[in-house]
Amino acid sequence: MEAQTFHHALTILTDVCIGCTHCMQVCPTEALRVKNGKAELFDNRCVDCGECMRVCPVNAIIVEQDDFSEIFKYKYRVALVPSVFIGQFPRDIPTRGIYSALLEQGFTHVYEAEHSAELLRESINEYITEYEDKWPVISTFCPAVVRLIQVRFPSLLDHMMQLKPPLDLAAMSYKKHLIDKGHNSDDIGIFYVTPCAAKIAAVKSPVGDESSPINGVINLNFLFNKTYRTLKNNDREQCPIPEKEQLKDFEMTWTLTSGESTHVNRRSLAIDGIHNVIEFLEKLENGEVTNFKFLELRACDESCAGGILTVENRFLTRDRLHNRAKQYLKDVSEGKRLHNKSIDQYKPYLKQHINIKSIPARSMLKLDEDMGEAMKKMERVRNLMCFLPAIDCGACGAPSCQSLAEDIVQKRAAISGCVFIQQSMQMKNKLSNDHALRIMEKTWGENRFDKDCTKKGAKDES
Amino acid sequence: MFFNMQLTYEIAGGDFGKAGYASSEIKKVLKKLNLDLRIIKKIAVALYEAEVNIVAHAYRGSLTVEIDTVKISVKAQDEGPGIADIDQAMTEGFSTASAQVREMGFGAGMGLPNIKKNADELNISSEVGKGTELEIITYLK
Ligand SMILES: Nc1ncnc2c1ncn2[C@@H]1O[C@H](COP(=O)(O)OP(=O)(O)OP(=O)(O)O)[C@@H](O)[C@H]1O
Ligand code: SF4
Ligand SMILES: [Mg+2]
Repeated sequence: MEAQTFHHALTILTDVCIGCTHCMQVCPTEALRVKNGKAELFDNRCVDCGECMRVCPVNAIIVEQDDFSEIFKYKYRVALVPSVFIGQFPRDIPTRGIYSALLEQGFTHVYEAEHSAELLRESINEYITEYEDKWPVISTFCPAVVRLIQVRFPSLLDHMMQLKPPLDLAAMSYKKHLIDKGHNSDDIGIFYVTPCAAKIAAVKSPVGDESSPINGVINLNFLFNKTYRTLKNNDREQCPIPEKEQLKDFEMTWTLTSGESTHVNRRSLAIDGIHNVIEFLEKLENGEVTNFKFLELRACDESCAGGILTVENRFLTRDRLHNRAKQYLKDVSEGKRLHNKSIDQYKPYLKQHINIKSIPARSMLKLDEDMGEAMKKMERVRNLMCFLPAIDCGACGAPSCQSLAEDIVQKRAAISGCVFIQQSMQMKNKLSNDHALRIMEKTWGENRFDKDCTKKGAKDES
Repeated sequence: MFFNMQLTYEIAGGDFGKAGYASSEIKKVLKKLNLDLRIIKKIAVALYEAEVNIVAHAYRGSLTVEIDTVKISVKAQDEGPGIADIDQAMTEGFSTASAQVREMGFGAGMGLPNIKKNADELNISSEVGKGTELEIITYLK
């Protein structure tokens, strides 16, 4: 069965969007078009990788988040933070300082999402041993990769590791911990501080799981700014609240590239960056890649350190987390570390619930549900390509000539949208100059071609 | 209704860096046709192995795919040394690949057996000194 609808967290602010081609050209699933001078997104193709957001010159693409005041609907307000959040701050700010700044903003508890990595390390290895038929097992850690495979490589879905990501396990464990302390389940609100859009989509519409244990999502950049300001206005030495639980060294680096794969006892490979992942999946699909038992695939360059909602340079974040891990080991050897992880007592419970269902295909690239119809449409696409110039200029509002042709056969566009076809139609008097201009305005917006010196790079840029 | 479509890609012998390109292009088309996922997987593997064999063992060749609503047939044709003993070539582990080719990770002698495993029908004809032709058929139902 194929999944039908799909939540996505990336939103285009139409009043900010200037209607250029940057986002459209980088989308790995060709989910963007320009119409009426604004970018439009095909919801069901979007995998929430955020590549469009990275290249938007006017910041018109944002990641929707829950309103911060949502946290106050709960008596117990847990900030579930990824280790890369801590990695955003300069090294001279101690972790406990960051924790107390979070509490000062209204949270009652702070818990790091990678506390579940030790359990996962064990479970992943067991899983790989048990499911030889799934080799290479593909990690389901990065939700953008999971969605990419659903949309572009559905024939590889059999390889997906059907285990919950660390975030869900940490949320389940901490919630249980608070309930065991006597708190009412309805009073507990768990808020994940997300480094990316994909994690939001995963929380709002989980794949392979009925519901998410997380009550809300807060964008990492938003909370970083709020927290950093609090810290700046405080005396750092006056951070009274100590960390209650501490991540282990390998847990701190779990979300960095190779964070998972180095802990797999069998031959494994780690790949980061969505275009690198795509190139590799093509090979895997061809049967070119053998011998690997486990693949860690992450959409962002430097994995979560490079998430679209992070603030700090990804290499600095990586460096800080590695240093933090080193410090941990040093402290352990000096007997200075806490060993009271609440998650340890819930291992049997978590293991019982660690599996997710199989991940359905969302092959959005097909031209028609009916194979015969799809073939006919494909033939028409190939025919249209005889006439389109193969320049891939984007002036029609589609990312390539091929995608315009596919839009035409799916009745989403007309061949006269191509500027080169227009030109020859005008030459042959099949299209009036007036009409041609109107077609262009339909794609790029009214009055778009009038003189305007306030646009970016122009004389009176504003 | 009967429908038929054909795609052809030329393949240069000896260029391992490009091996897999034609297969990937064909795969892109197949993915747009809403075929069964298992079928796409099988054809992808067969296409790739056939393409690499042309790159590794022949001088030049082509992949031609014919699609109708009943079956997909792939023809891999080449000009090359040909195969003297087809039964032997079909044996798992048999390979005449040079040390140089093996260094690049090819030459395990698994290509042809793998194609057979992933096809409903496989017909091979070859003439020593002239070339080889593979016909790989996959039924859609
Ligand atoms: N197109 C071809 N032209 C000439 N000889 C071929 C051709 N295809 C296969 N052969 C011969 O058949 C042998 C077996 O082919 P097969 O694809 O099974 O293995 P391989 O190509 O040697 O190694 P592998 O495919 O595992 O990388 C080859 O070593 C080669 O001698
Ligand atoms: S690599 Fe990490 S930050 Fe990037 S999309 Fe995947 S989960 Fe999100
Ligand atoms: Mg071979």
